[in-house]
Amino acid sequence: MSDKIIVSATINGDPTDILVSSRDSLLEALRERAGVLGVKEGCNDGNCGACSVLLDGRLVNSCLVMAAEVEGSDVTTVEGLAEADHLHPLQQAFLEDAALQCGICTPGFLVAAKALLDENPSPSEHEIRYWLAGNLCRCTGYDKIVRAVQHAAETLQTTS
Amino acid sequence: MVTTEKPKYKVVGTRPIRPDGVEKVNGRAEYGADVSLPGLLPGAVLRSPHAHARILSIDTSKAEAMAGVRAVVTSADFPPREGDGPQARDNVLAHDKVLYVGHAVAAVAAVDLHTAEDAVELIEVQYEVLPHVMDVRDAMLDGAPILDATLRTGEPDGSKGDSATNVAQHIHYEKGDLAAGFAEADIVIEREYETTMAHQGYIEPQNGTALWGPDDQIRIWTSTQGLFAVRDTVAGMLGLPVKSVKVEPVEIGGGFGGKIPTYLPPVAALLSRKSGKPVKLTMSRKEVLEATGPTSGTYMRVKMGAKKDGTLTAMEAWLAFEAGGYPGSPVGAATMCVFAPYACANQVIDGYDVLVNKPQTAAYRAPGAPASEYAAECLIDEIAEALDRDPLELRLQNSVKEGDSRADGFTYGPVGHVECLQEAQESPHYQSELSGENRGRGVASGFWFNIGFETSMAAQIQSDGTVPLVMGAVDIGGSRASAAMQFAETLGIASEDIKPHIVDTDSVGFTFLTGGSRTAFANGWAAYECAMDMRRQMEERAATIWDCDRESVRYDDDGVIRGPAAAAGAPQEFTFKELAAELPNTGGGIVGRADVSKTTHGPAFATHIVDVEVDAETGKVEVLRYTAIQDVGTAIHPSYVEGQMQGGAAQGIGMALNEEYIWDDKGRMVNSSLLDYRMPTALDLPMLDTIIVEVPNPGHPYGVRGVGEVPIIPPAPALHAAIYNAIGERMRTLPMSPRRILERTLPDDE
Ligand code: FES
Ligand code: FES
Repeated sequence: MSDKIIVSATINGDPTDILVSSRDSLLEALRERAGVLGVKEGCNDGNCGACSVLLDGRLVNSCLVMAAEVEGSDVTTVEGLAEADHLHPLQQAFLEDAALQCGICTPGFLVAAKALLDENPSPSEHEIRYWLAGNLCRCTGYDKIVRAVQHAAETLQTTS
Repeated sequence: MVTTEKPKYKVVGTRPIRPDGVEKVNGRAEYGADVSLPGLLPGAVLRSPHAHARILSIDTSKAEAMAGVRAVVTSADFPPREGDGPQARDNVLAHDKVLYVGHAVAAVAAVDLHTAEDAVELIEVQYEVLPHVMDVRDAMLDGAPILDATLRTGEPDGSKGDSATNVAQHIHYEKGDLAAGFAEADIVIEREYETTMAHQGYIEPQNGTALWGPDDQIRIWTSTQGLFAVRDTVAGMLGLPVKSVKVEPVEIGGGFGGKIPTYLPPVAALLSRKSGKPVKLTMSRKEVLEATGPTSGTYMRVKMGAKKDGTLTAMEAWLAFEAGGYPGSPVGAATMCVFAPYACANQVIDGYDVLVNKPQTAAYRAPGAPASEYAAECLIDEIAEALDRDPLELRLQNSVKEGDSRADGFTYGPVGHVECLQEAQESPHYQSELSGENRGRGVASGFWFNIGFETSMAAQIQSDGTVPLVMGAVDIGGSRASAAMQFAETLGIASEDIKPHIVDTDSVGFTFLTGGSRTAFANGWAAYECAMDMRRQMEERAATIWDCDRESVRYDDDGVIRGPAAAAGAPQEFTFKELAAELPNTGGGIVGRADVSKTTHGPAFATHIVDVEVDAETGKVEVLRYTAIQDVGTAIHPSYVEGQMQGGAAQGIGMALNEEYIWDDKGRMVNSSLLDYRMPTALDLPMLDTIIVEVPNPGHPYGVRGVGEVPIIPPAPALHAAIYNAIGERMRTLPMSPRRILERTLPDDE
């Protein structure tokens, strides 16, 4: 049993104090200590993207970030994408375009795709594939995921 | 989409949003690893560092004494053994021998995961290291290290061999006269093929949580393809009646066959009994790769003869499949599938299930077929080349049709291989020109059985006309949606009014696992019969309300219940919702139920087309264009059918071009991370075009065949042909990785 520290961060808009072990990754802190279970673990070594979160707006693999490092930061997970009862256009597009099968990779893809569209509102197919190459999906073959991101980009462009 | 005399459906064939979708896009869906319970203890597993060793002793005292440790278990915590020889539970916790690196030996539950992981390191195991054998051919030789001294080969006639061996089973099928078939042939070609061990690669690692109560009632939460299979396995290994075990439903993050076996739940249960607390075990990615079942590596020899006119006259296959540490490779299915797409009259097929010091193999999408059909399809491509025939045309000429039979004796009903090949010929992809250096196009077909088996469902009507529908089949990729749609179609109502739920093993009848492409098929049958049961009961209720003869009431396919004209002459009818609202005051609710076990499953065929460019410098194969064509019987939800075809193709492409287990000389996997195992990313693939062919299965109310498995089969042989057409090299070992391609293309002196 290792040392405990309190980390104060904003998680999906809510100021939160989490008691963590100094050995905890951000992924462990979110899942095991803060009960934020939409963040998924697929590998715990930065290879699958299932644990993707936005850290102060930047896309990171939360399994590669130490929990202690996020003191004072803003963390966004899949739970923070929807606004009240409105799904984010990416979530809506993933549903309509059948961009998920088992759904375990979906939270990571949604967060990664949000980071992409925040930076580049109308990415090409190649740009989408390049950006999402850090997120593995074993069910879909990516075709419907790429289309859903294109679809959401169009929706965001016409509504903004 | 190709359609042959398609009936008009209102729900089947549409693309509604899946009922479990919202929870999956907002992060609320509960997967196995998300289970949390008061007092939950995490745990960790100690695994073998040796590929083959005898366990001399296990000393857990230091781990037990560590602060924060709540329980330590080994195989000694299982009930007494029955009989000699290995048992299924030996793969869950090793008994006297470890048979592969990663074999579980002991486990710890502690107050937190770091403590459990540290405690595992304190367990002292003494091993006597034994020689190991990794290659299927080596394992079959006289004098090979023997994994199980009690094993004798099961022969095709049911007899047993008389000496110690690693060959667990020999399978043999034949039809016609092979020698006469080869004598008739104008050309005969024989080739050897190899495939390497490959993993299902589901993104969610295995997990298992157990709570063993003081009353010996055990609750289990685990990501599995079969809730009832877990119940029966856990009860069996712990020597308890099935009534002691209840398996709760959770979402599953992919399986592809790899989540059929049960690894962690019995261990978590033993830890829970010792600690008195619920215990959760989850695997690391390294554990997933080293200790959960991949598919077999293989060595295969295939020989074919053909006449100048293209008729295949003789086909012979010799297939040796790695089983892993215990018997059970998918060689049985491989032997039945190897020549399944072709109507050749003379065939001999031999298959061998062989123990090696690798992880115990498990099912992986069309288990066995991607290897054996790869070998056969590659050789068909060579025959086509030798006869100067278009490879699709040669396949069409020899394709099975209704009434043809396989060497194992199965005779086909209506099947759609011919239709797939014709669609492929007419597809925009095959009609297009491909030019450029180091570019090539390839085609190949695939066959898979699909299966039926037991499925239960029950439904009740709520007063607002919505219908909760409970089922026992795990939903791994949209089966709740397809069940709800077939149920709604039968009742003539909207699929949005159906609320499908997967429930625990005490709350629904026995349901076989999700696998074998059976779920849309068998759930569909159950949904149909459950809805028909409901229709009958609603007719009875309407007859009571109208005070008329039961026979004069009809539930029509449009969802309207019609009775005889009332005294005044006005027709009497209820919509589904109107009658639903009457139920509470006219005798109470209605429960529909169905228990089906159908054997009318429909075989599925697929044909794929691929264009590649091979990078001469690096040996990397880039997939330029891909089209998957498949007979699905009927597409219930076309988006998810396409998704299965695309996902299967992507896995097939990964298996063909990159994925493999790489071992060191001690039998250790050296690439046990996702980065090094290297599954396809979004950047490695193009859009995957699909053409759905619908030749309805006459043995299903909506014509469903099953979709999930066959699309993993054609990619490897299609890529083999495409690479050959690009660079003139026939790659007969999978994966056709950059290294293997460069070994063939670089001049020897480089
Ligand atoms: S769990 Fe973090 S990248 Fe896989
Ligand atoms: S939907 Fe299953 S891994 Fe992506």
